[in-house]
Amino acid sequence: MSGTHEELSVSLWRGDDDGRYQTYSVPRRESQTVLDVVTFVQRHLDPTLSYRFACRVGVCGSCAMTVNGKPRWTCRTHVAKVAGGGRLEIGPLENLPVIKDLTTDMEQFFRKWQQAKGVFAPSQTRHDAIAQIRPDSPARVAADAAIECINCGVCYAGCDTVRWNSGYVGPAALTRAWTLLNDERDAGNTARLQAVAASGGCHSCHSHQSCQELCPQALNPTAAIAALKRRTAAAYLKGEITA
Amino acid sequence: MNVRLYVWQRATAAVMAPLVLGHIAVIFYATRQGFSAADILSRTRGSIVWAAYYGVFVAAAAIHASIGIRNILSEWSPLNERRAGFLAVVFGSLLAVLGARAVAAVVLS
Repeated sequence: MSGTHEELSVSLWRGDDDGRYQTYSVPRRESQTVLDVVTFVQRHLDPTLSYRFACRVGVCGSCAMTVNGKPRWTCRTHVAKVAGGGRLEIGPLENLPVIKDLTTDMEQFFRKWQQAKGVFAPSQTRHDAIAQIRPDSPARVAADAAIECINCGVCYAGCDTVRWNSGYVGPAALTRAWTLLNDERDAGNTARLQAVAASGGCHSCHSHQSCQELCPQALNPTAAIAALKRRTAAAYLKGEITA
Repeated sequence: MNVRLYVWQRATAAVMAPLVLGHIAVIFYATRQGFSAADILSRTRGSIVWAAYYGVFVAAAAIHASIGIRNILSEWSPLNERRAGFLAVVFGSLLAVLGARAVAAVVLS
């Protein structure tokens, strides 16, 4: 595909939670990403359009939106892959309050990270020697499988359980908890297991695996959550945590 | 759902799995042998083994199902977890009572 003779019909969400879709015509370009399309609208057709992005290369995790019904990272999603029939419908991420247009309020997403103790709890000081972690140790391998989360919120927006259980902390927070649980330098694991074993934690997951299917980093939050279920159940039976 | 309910639901499922298979085997055996109700009752009445088998089955089913009902109510109805838990306890108690009556009817002479 080359040139600008083709046009895309692009419907963008405008307004807050009570907004509506507004349709724009955007020139089709070679290797065009969904973020390119949104940026074109904002720069050439309607400067009042609000959306969020930063790196444009799949690192920062800030540009996720709902594209033709599925949450995606827009900077790494090519139009050719998703625009069947030359149509795009781009909305804000689901399961999060809309601030304006394509921008959601991520406060609850990150608050739930805190709730799941997704914060490193140091066991040493800067005066101690640097911890030696073998790359092939089982804990490090387990952490590796989940460590590349970029906090984009795609899994949270695509999670059925979050949709019907607002108290559920969601796949990203639990994946982060699983990563830290396997960090040999971390000293907060009892509190972390207690947090993720509570109501709204890992046991609320129904294993629909949408997070695994949608994760742009090809992580498997479902596996991390399943591992948390096993680990918390064992800790509970040993009396290390309470219900 | 928290870890305590999760462990109880999985444990009761593990208990029920072989009991369900045994129950189905008993149904096939009884029907293939052409047993009448009187034939069956003559084998179950006064039997501690059958009383224990179906007594454990009923207890596990009541616990397992009520945890599931609590989950469904708290996720799909406007009820909060406390009220969903209360209704689930009522439902589980009803299952336990009805099941215990059924067991008593076939094992008590």
